[in-house]
Amino acid sequence: MPASLAQRFKDALPAGADYCSLRFVSSRDERLSVRQGIVQPAWRHEDAGAMAFVVDGAGAGYAATSDLSLGGLSRAFADAARWARLARERSLVDHAAIHWPAPRGDYRSPVERRWQDLSLADKLALLGEVAEPLHPDERIVDWEASLWWSRVEVCYLTSHGAEATQHIETIVPNLSAVAHEGGETQIRSFGGGAICRQGGLEVLDAVGYREAAPRVAEEALALLAAPNCPEMQCDLLVAPDQMVLQIHESIGHPLELDRVLGDERNYAGTTFVTPEMFGSYRYGSELLDVTFDPTLPGEMASYGFDDEGAAAERCYVIRRGVLERGLGSVISQQRLGLPGVACARATSWARPPIDRIGNLNIEPGDASLDEMIASVQRGLFVRTNCSWSIDDSRNKFQFGCEWARLIEDGELGALVKNPSYRGVSATFWRNLARVGDRSTYEVLGSPYCGKGEPNQVIRVGHASPACLFRDVAVFGGMD
Amino acid sequence: MKRISQSFAVLSDRVFGALAGDEVGLLSVEAETSDFVRLSRGRVRQAGSVEQAYLGIELARGQRHAAATVALSGDVEIDARRAIEVLDELRPLLAELPEDPYFCYDSSDAREEACDDAPGLAAREQALAAIFDAAGDHDLVGIYAAGPVFRGFASSRGRFLASEQHSFNFDFSLHENGARAVKGSYAGYRFEADELARRVADAASKLALLSRPAREVAPGGYRVYLAPAATAELLQMLSWGGFGLKSWRTKQTPLLRLVEGQRELDARVTLHEGRSGGSDGAKAHLQFDNFGFRKPEHLTLVSAGKIGEPLVSARSAAEFDATPTGCGTGESPSALSLEGGELAIADAGAAVGDGLYVGNLWYLNYSDRSACRITGMTRFATFWVEGGEPVAPVTAMRFDESIYDALGPKLVALTRERELLLDADTYGQRSTASICVPGLVVDDFTLTL
Repeated sequence: MPASLAQRFKDALPAGADYCSLRFVSSRDERLSVRQGIVQPAWRHEDAGAMAFVVDGAGAGYAATSDLSLGGLSRAFADAARWARLARERSLVDHAAIHWPAPRGDYRSPVERRWQDLSLADKLALLGEVAEPLHPDERIVDWEASLWWSRVEVCYLTSHGAEATQHIETIVPNLSAVAHEGGETQIRSFGGGAICRQGGLEVLDAVGYREAAPRVAEEALALLAAPNCPEMQCDLLVAPDQMVLQIHESIGHPLELDRVLGDERNYAGTTFVTPEMFGSYRYGSELLDVTFDPTLPGEMASYGFDDEGAAAERCYVIRRGVLERGLGSVISQQRLGLPGVACARATSWARPPIDRIGNLNIEPGDASLDEMIASVQRGLFVRTNCSWSIDDSRNKFQFGCEWARLIEDGELGALVKNPSYRGVSATFWRNLARVGDRSTYEVLGSPYCGKGEPNQVIRVGHASPACLFRDVAVFGGMD
Repeated sequence: MKRISQSFAVLSDRVFGALAGDEVGLLSVEAETSDFVRLSRGRVRQAGSVEQAYLGIELARGQRHAAATVALSGDVEIDARRAIEVLDELRPLLAELPEDPYFCYDSSDAREEACDDAPGLAAREQALAAIFDAAGDHDLVGIYAAGPVFRGFASSRGRFLASEQHSFNFDFSLHENGARAVKGSYAGYRFEADELARRVADAASKLALLSRPAREVAPGGYRVYLAPAATAELLQMLSWGGFGLKSWRTKQTPLLRLVEGQRELDARVTLHEGRSGGSDGAKAHLQFDNFGFRKPEHLTLVSAGKIGEPLVSARSAAEFDATPTGCGTGESPSALSLEGGELAIADAGAAVGDGLYVGNLWYLNYSDRSACRITGMTRFATFWVEGGEPVAPVTAMRFDESIYDALGPKLVALTRERELLLDADTYGQRSTASICVPGLVVDDFTLTL
């Protein structure tokens, strides 16, 4: 935080406001990639700005600016106050009744090896080495290795004395190999973008980045020769890099309280979940334990406080299959009279906080991968999401994966291409038959969760074991 | 306009004055001042304003180049100092980076500016009053976004491009009984309260039909009318990787069979990419990329069912020896238009007979890229049609259909009338994209769930 920011905040506060806050955000992003042996343009993005927020009676308003001078902040607070006055007679939320948190403290991502400790030339050399095995023969028509590093610093100040700072570093490594032969194209990647963590360069070793390229290329080529996934009703074993999307779309979004409240009905959608379900609704089988956990070290959406100052805590959202609480911030909790979590988050200084998924994880069970495969007579084992679609109430979904193998009589069988499956959230999780143990558990996530008006994309974390579901409709591509 | 453009010119001169020897500098600006009012249940959920401006700085020496983007404060002196600091940070990186064979930019010294001299936006108080008057007691949900959007490019070789639009976009839906809704929008460059009221009233007129008991539709093939907004969703999905030269040459385009001549679409399908979405009446503004290349007046992407010209980024132009088309690195269209057909929109119901009227589609994705098969959901005003008349709303249904079929042998008709839709996206910044499309009647459209 710039040393004088707190003083400028105090000096810029408008007279007569009931409550004010300032959220200062600075960030730096760097993306490096090597495609087909050629270094791609190195991309670096620096950002800094602040959002002033003012409550006036029931109304509230915000103004965001990258002019961080006293004059700039004063103008932003004056504009926010004008919005608050304008909204006070037509405000959906009675902001005067909100119990605003007053956080004090600091959060830092765990970083062992700093991004800056490796020179640009060394990072590019690493990418070149990693990418080289992605091209074993001419059937691979495009291939790329990339790294995206990001550092975000947030300072949150309020007129009632709160001061919280957060320093978050993330890294997203990726690989892709595009195989083509005889009119058929198949793409294999490094986790479909789901392999992302808070931390530094040590994450690359933790996720096996340096060793992954030969397997990625080999699988892309093997898929060229594979038959289409058959259409059938069968058991479905889902690897963690597909569980990410399954959790995200059919547990995470349906449980957002701003959807329950109807705020997202014009854009991201509503939800099949209603307020009376919390505390009693059977969301999944007794094996389903889901936690909201912003405290898990290294997970993508870990933090100390949300962007309205609520302290982050680990909570059960679904326990033994029963829905306990939703993903709702202080404001949503008060509007609904329901418990929630610390999940008010904004993508940048230029957007206001809304309810977000954060880290939403499935707790590990007791089955090894081999045990789960052995328990299946006829089924499909899928890895790595490549297609996702779900209705606006978060019920009817269809997902596609990069890779799958049939399971026949308790053993892994043939490789098949273009695997997809569809189902309904409200019933799918009740068919959860086995939950993988720690040996199948991976801490993953996504940098890209879109929602809100104005639109916001934000990072989320999803840790999960492999999971087995009964009686799922699966199918493949068109021959 | 002149003030922002002039500030950018002053900033450019200051930055280019700090270049050394044979260095070349490229600057690009993306700036906007926006009012955002988020509404739910006809009331204000969140309201505020955002002033943001980003400067892209590219430093090049021959084929070596390095780039950074920084936030601008709005104070030219402060911003120029910061930009020159960035140049100093990028300079040593040039030694660490290899030559880039695919780096190219427009090295001309041509200057062009497009100015919105008479902005027609309403003051925020007037706009909100008009929305509340029109909404009445309706359960209205949505967002009003308005303000100027500026884009600029300057090179140390003398190229200078600047464009500013003052636009608004009121994207809303009216909800009935909680579960069903109708979508509407009012977007443009000159705000008129009467027109906003007409749009809201038009949407409200459909609510009575929505309040009828919903009809369950079983999976299967149905004749459907896809309203222009639904057609737009299909084409926007195709725009994700469909028309870019890089996706063609790397065999990743979902239209590969069309590109390679193995498949054709119906001969009535002709798609254009133009500066302003065709004959849409949108205010003229310049469109260009961050390397100084202007978008051509017109490109035909699909001509009478056959593949046409690709979209080509500056980088792809160098890699594949093609002419750049002023699009970004994603090579997606920003002003797509589909030519209309012969069917009067008033006769669309009769053309369906018994089937579905689909107001909007939602959450599309590829379910089989090689077959250009797309899945997604119906959303908002979707009705069961009987004897040519909409008779009941239907619950949200999943479709899964190949574009080669839907815009091929299953295509029954395109409407004569087309609708211009201004993109309401606000991810990172307010979109300036548009799409101009007719409605479609498609036979045997596959619903799966």
